[in-house]
Amino acid sequence: MEKNYSLYKQMLLIRRFEERLLEEFSSGKLAGTTHAYIGQEANAVGIFDVLHKDDIIFSNHRCHGHYLAYGGDPYLLAAEVMGKSTGLVGGRGGSQHIHLRNFYSNGIQGGIVPIATGMALAEKYIKSKRITLVFLGDGTLGQGIIYESFNFASLWNIPVLFVVENNRYAQTTPIEIAVAGNIPDRFKAFGINTWECNSTDVVKIREDSEQAVNFVRSNMQPAGLILQTYRFAAHSKGDDFRKPEEIASNKKSDPLLIHGNRLEKTDREMAESEITWIINEAFSRADQDPYPGSNNLPPILL
Amino acid sequence: MTTVLQHLTDGLTRSMEGDKRVFLLGEDLLDPYGGAFKVTRGISTRFPERVLTTPISEAAIVGIATGMAMRGLRPVVEIMFGDFVTLIMDQVINHASKFRWVYNNNVSVPIVVRTPMGGRRGYGPTHSQSLEKLFLGIPGVRVLAPNTIGDPALLLQNAIADDDPVVFIEHKLLYACHRLEIGKGDLVDGEVEQFGERYPTYNIRFSSKPQISIATYGYNFEIVRKVALEVLYEREIFTEIIVFSQLSPFNLMPLAESLSKSHHLLTVEEGSSNLGWGSEIAARIAESDLNNVKIRRVGALDFPIANTKTLEDLILPSQSVIKKAIYDLME
Repeated sequence: MEKNYSLYKQMLLIRRFEERLLEEFSSGKLAGTTHAYIGQEANAVGIFDVLHKDDIIFSNHRCHGHYLAYGGDPYLLAAEVMGKSTGLVGGRGGSQHIHLRNFYSNGIQGGIVPIATGMALAEKYIKSKRITLVFLGDGTLGQGIIYESFNFASLWNIPVLFVVENNRYAQTTPIEIAVAGNIPDRFKAFGINTWECNSTDVVKIREDSEQAVNFVRSNMQPAGLILQTYRFAAHSKGDDFRKPEEIASNKKSDPLLIHGNRLEKTDREMAESEITWIINEAFSRADQDPYPGSNNLPPILL
Repeated sequence: MTTVLQHLTDGLTRSMEGDKRVFLLGEDLLDPYGGAFKVTRGISTRFPERVLTTPISEAAIVGIATGMAMRGLRPVVEIMFGDFVTLIMDQVINHASKFRWVYNNNVSVPIVVRTPMGGRRGYGPTHSQSLEKLFLGIPGVRVLAPNTIGDPALLLQNAIADDDPVVFIEHKLLYACHRLEIGKGDLVDGEVEQFGERYPTYNIRFSSKPQISIATYGYNFEIVRKVALEVLYEREIFTEIIVFSQLSPFNLMPLAESLSKSHHLLTVEEGSSNLGWGSEIAARIAESDLNNVKIRRVGALDFPIANTKTLEDLILPSQSVIKKAIYDLME
């Protein structure tokens, strides 16, 4: 019971955080761009629940949900997206380029995959038992460097888990006209064991992730984890050309609805009010923080 | 006599001896082959656990090294031919060079990418280029090139000990050269002044009142110093050669000091000179307090490097082209 509540609350935190960000962007309070995780919350929450505290995560452009599921403070992320000096990385990274402990993200599709592979290799050399997890999307499958990385990971038995969140669209391009063949075969070609989960139920995703994560950790070998998912919001802002009927039909499998059914109404309400408080607190606190200035620019390297 | 190649092998070996975090990654590194240009020969036999020979995947090699570096190791990557660095640009520009700064100095990326550049060996358009100019001016990336005045082994060891990404440019023809001994042989009349310790600049002068300052680096110093003697004997022109070990970012002071006496600047590089290293040097001098400096740049002509020797010799800066530039400048 306790577990169900905590999984729900984490997903709700991501949902409300992302909604708040989109609101702030559309009201003109925030500049730049963002990539909402709305609809995909169960992926991060399910996987991170089975990771060890010091495992390594390399996330991508759509990193807020991953960061919050990692246990990152929403206030630090809000401040970062607002460009405040108190943000996660002092306003230098913004929405897509953040770092906290063993959590990293960057905004280039696929380029992070060899880096995560190298991190996992380093941990293997120092015998830390940590595994490394890296996020890809269906769009990332178009980048050649990921296959170079799969090859290395398999050849050198590198403990890295490649997580493909297949939300079926690369920005506006549907998977049918961008990805040939099928996704598991791309891993199979390199002899990498792969798990597939075709559900938005956080409990199911957690179970399948646990198998993949345990495999990587106990065998010190790479694995693939393919999560069939759907994003309810646009790729970033105002670039949604999908049919409203399609989005509506996918919303029937909203991870919050599915998992929310396992809770009492009063528990859902309690979660809602707790999260509302946390989000308001995070954003209003960050709002008052200062922007970095010239004193935050160190001397140029010579 | 020890060649630059042997010095570089020694530098790598010493770094690996002294620091267990140092790893080598690259294509065909294992003995008995020991790397395409043999810089790594013998090292895989001595440190079999830490020399990782790789598939032909330059981008992923640099990415993997970057990840290793971010988790506390000190990887050194060999890119077999400098021409192949085009494949690693995204990893260098959008990843390795950015992380320390973008993550607010919470991480460091101590990687070295070593690669042989340069032509004059008849390898043709895709195995002869000097592409280091592509790395110049990238914030967060240091570009170094060894030479025969300094100690190539020490330069490489310092690069490996550096906490930031370094691109280390080794001209192919430099491998067979020997370190010069000051006051002997070709530098019998030369006096050398060193600026900086870790990545020094060397001013080599043949008179206390030089008439022309020649900025260059790497192997092209070998050509320039021959020309310096020719112009001295033929027309009594006294040159001062400024040899940069660090191409980017760079310290202008040693060159500016020389130019305050000579007021004539020639830059010599083997890459194409348009929008190149020499262009930046010239611009920085033009912006400086120095007045009345006449400037010429010498570099490769704007063609892909031809395979046949006659055309390659015409495209790359030769001794005679450099000499002519000096005479034009001094007129």
